[in-house]
Order: sequence, then C-alpha cells, then structure tokens
Amino acid sequence: MSEELKFTYNVDGEDFNSAGQASVSVKKNLRQLGIDPEIIRKVSIAMYEGEINMVIHAHGGTADVFVDDEKIGIVLSDKGPGIADISKAMQEGYSTATDTVRALGFGAGMGLPNMKRYTDYMNIESQIGEGTTITMHVKYQ
Amino acid sequence: MSTYIHSVSLDASKCTGCTTCMKHCPTEAIRIKDNCACIDAQRCIDCAQCIRHCPNHAKKSNYSSLSEIQKYKYKIALPAPALMAQFENLDSVDIVLQGLLDVGFDDVFEVARGAEIVSAYTRSYLATPGIKKPVLSTACPVIARLVMLRFPFLKDNLIPLLPPIEIAADLAVKEAKEKHPELRDEDICTCFISPCPAKVSYIKNGFGSYKSKITLAVSMSEVYMHLLHVMKHDVPAEVSARAGRVGLSWAMCGGEASALLNDKIIAADGIDNVISVLDQIEDGNISNVDFVELNACPGGCVGGVMALENPFIAKNRLHTIRRYMPVTQENIKQFEGAIPDSGFTENLPDYKPLNKLSDNIAESMRLMNKIQLMCKELPGIDCGSCGAPNCRAFAEDVVRGLADRNDCIIAYRDYIKDYINNYPGSRKNDG
Repeated sequence: MSEELKFTYNVDGEDFNSAGQASVSVKKNLRQLGIDPEIIRKVSIAMYEGEINMVIHAHGGTADVFVDDEKIGIVLSDKGPGIADISKAMQEGYSTATDTVRALGFGAGMGLPNMKRYTDYMNIESQIGEGTTITMHVKYQ
Repeated sequence: MSTYIHSVSLDASKCTGCTTCMKHCPTEAIRIKDNCACIDAQRCIDCAQCIRHCPNHAKKSNYSSLSEIQKYKYKIALPAPALMAQFENLDSVDIVLQGLLDVGFDDVFEVARGAEIVSAYTRSYLATPGIKKPVLSTACPVIARLVMLRFPFLKDNLIPLLPPIEIAADLAVKEAKEKHPELRDEDICTCFISPCPAKVSYIKNGFGSYKSKITLAVSMSEVYMHLLHVMKHDVPAEVSARAGRVGLSWAMCGGEASALLNDKIIAADGIDNVISVLDQIEDGNISNVDFVELNACPGGCVGGVMALENPFIAKNRLHTIRRYMPVTQENIKQFEGAIPDSGFTENLPDYKPLNKLSDNIAESMRLMNKIQLMCKELPGIDCGSCGAPNCRAFAEDVVRGLADRNDCIIAYRDYIKDYINNYPGSRKNDG
C-alpha cells in the first residue's frame, strides 16, 4: 500500500467568487498524479457542488481530499445549520436556498443529487445546529 | 510531443534573467537558469505571453521571411483579417489586397473568406443532434493545444474542423489551379500573413495527425512595412474583397461567436480568462451555452504579438471599415457545403497532461507528498529568485531533481544563520 496523500482547503463562506477555487486546485493536483481525466472531472464536479453548498448554506467549511491507491476521497465539513431532511435534500430540484442566492443562479436543487451521481459512494452526516459532514469516494482503479 | 516545433524563442544576448516572462507564463513552462530564460517545449502552448511581457525584447516569434516566397512560381497571400486593422485612414480592404499584389504576390485569398465558410458550417453544426456542447472553436491554435494538455475532457467539445486559414489555403489552391491549369503543386506557395506565433506553430506542426498544407507563415509586421510603401488611395485596385463583415470581424474577440446568430454564446480573450472559462466548463458550471469562442490574445487576433497596432485602436478601425461593408459578399447559406473534405478533422492530438509527476500513480503520490512537505518549508512569497515562477513550482523542480533546495535564497539564508549559530565556538542566542 502506498502512502496516502491529503490536500486540505478552507472554503470561505458567503464568498461566491472564491467558491470553486478548491476544485480547480484539486484538478491540477490530480492531473499531476496522472489520474484519468474522466475521474478528475467527476471529482471536480462533486467538489464544486459541495463547495457551493458550503458557501450557500453553511458559511463555509473545510474540504479535505484524500488519495489512496484505489480511490479519491472528499470530506466536506461545515459547522452550518445542518440538513433537516436528508432524503428530501437528495431529491432533484429540492432546495432551501434563499431568493438572493437563487437570483445569483444557484439553488437549483441539483447540488446533492449531482454529488451522488458523480461519485461511487456518498455519506451524509448532519446534526441540526451542529453542522454537516459529507464523505464521497470516487474510485480510480 | 518532443518533435513539436515551437515558434517562440529566446535571444540569449538580450535576456537579463529578470523573471518577467516566467511570471506571466500560464503553463509554468519557463525557468531562469544562469540568468537566462529557458522554455520547456513540452509545456509551451505558443501563447506569446512571454513575448508580450519581455521588457528587453529578448523573446521572439519565429516565422519565415517574406523573401522566401520568391522561390515559388505562383505566390498566394493569405492575409489574416487582423491585417486590415493595422492602417490608419483605410477606407477599403481592396487597397490592402492590391498592396499585397504589388509587393510580389500573384494572388490573394482573404482568410476572412475561410472564416465565413467556417461560420456557415458552425451554424449548421450547432443544430446537429448528439454533439457535445458547448462547442469550442478551434480557430485559435493555442486553445486547441491547451485543451489537449490541460482539459482533455473537453476534447470532444472542439468543433471537428480545421481553422479558417486551412480552409482558405485549400480553396485558394483550387482556384489558382482553375485559373492556371498549368500550375503544379510545387509551383504554388500559400503564404499566411500571421498576427501571432501560435499560427506559425500550427502551420509547422499541423493538428493531431493532420499536416497543414500552408507553405509559409510570415509576420504581419514585416508585411506591413512592405505594404506601407506601395499602398495607394488614388489608384483603383484591380482586386476586390470577397469577404464581408462576418469574416472581417473574426479579427476581434466576439466576431466568430456573433456570426452564429445565436445568443447562447461566450467569447473570451486573454489566456488567463480563457483558462478560467475552460475550468468552469469542465466543472459543469456553464449550462445553456452552445458555443464558446476563445482567443489567447487580448482583444482577439488584433492583440497578436506580430500585429503592430494597439488592439483597442485596431478594433476601432475595424468598426470603421465594416460600416460600409456588406454582411457577406455572397449569401452565407451558400457556404454551408463549401468546406473541402480535407477541412474536417477527427484526429486530435493525444492527451499529454502538463507536468505529470510519474507514469506510476503510486510513485506520483510519493513525489507529491514530498512536494507538499517541501512547500510548507518554503517561504511562500513566490519571489522567483530561485528561477521557478512560484514556491510550489520550485518544490516540484527540487523533488524531480531539476533544482537544488539551496537555490531558494531565503531557505539558504536561514540555513546559513543556522550554521553560524551552531558553529562550535559561536555564541548562541545572541540574535
């Protein structure tokens, strides 16, 4: 087993301009590792959606990306309001985003469904008032 | 890839090793070694940022000299639409075309015509079911190369069409042979008058497995000097322009996209903006867009480093010339089927990721761990004194064995301090 690699990013809350920076940086690192472009795209889409979610709903958080010898793991943790009904949140088109956020073109209710679609494993742990931790895996071999 | 011929080079006698070009290179292809800027050919995309920013004019574009056309019996000029924007008080494109004949060409075929044909085809291509959208233009060779090196997932979004210069060259040769059936292939020279080194590279290297049929590329600034002496307002031109507004507008950012009569378009210029648009497309963050025009140079082709005029002034001139021009000289619909079979391409260059650490992922991971550890120890001020554009790139170079850790003057200073403090007999803790 080779050594595990870890990248950590802080995602700034309320800053739509910087949302997406972590996913761009992850892409650069994964390309350098020689990961297949299709896999990189999955990771970057899942990561981008997750970053946006943390900005919209949770005033930011941290994104940890792990690479081991078979998969890329993404752990997004925030200390936001938590998700009241996870199964509803997983439905396409369901969103609790505010009108302001929607006016910016976000809040289409596709964030979590896309994260699920582009990853091989996804787990959501959420406590109301405590925060949310989402773990995703994308296998690369 | 090692056989790829670039068109950006360095005049070592003028280079002071100042780090300006290195700081502006979008692919981190430049390192300063022994006070001289070296370009890594595998990473270079011929965007000409280094030429644009070099304060000592040490970075140069390579191209053929105009005198080389004399070797051929029948010389066809292929002027880029941006050429028309270089002259003050020009009221008609015809004057420039006549000027080209007067400086020694036998025939002229405007690249703007090739562009109009590409526009017509693109309109119908966008309506094809099942194509990957947004469709990306291949007109700027920097973009095609950048996609292959850095955005391989977007490879299928590239329109499967060779750039307008190639379409123009193909049609120009056909027309020449119709007019002069006695001409053999080797008698004919197609000479592109280029605003940028990227198009020169395209002509030398082709696209994927396709080899360009254009004979030579000369610099717009050289041709400009020759034209200035021969262009006349008072003598009627024997040739007249066959392209219209649509083709001419390709010289500036937005021209290609707006010719599509579709509002689901993006047009971006400047290499950093281009990269950020491609990143967003790759992340699935741009929806409802049919076509993306990307230009490496600021302002589009008028911003090429081999164009003389400031791109903003050049754009203003194009607006003036366009005012009295028809949209196209012929009905653009007629052009839809006008692309020669050789104008289509399916053989894109192979994906060659920029900067891959190793062919083995486990080994890459080991190296990246070392890079990350080293980055934490480096000052993080990206000063460039070590000869790498930033601390991260320096850490990569050290881990790959291409640089020495002590090339970092700040780390070296700390090392010396440490050495002195720990030297037997030195007084420790005296600051």
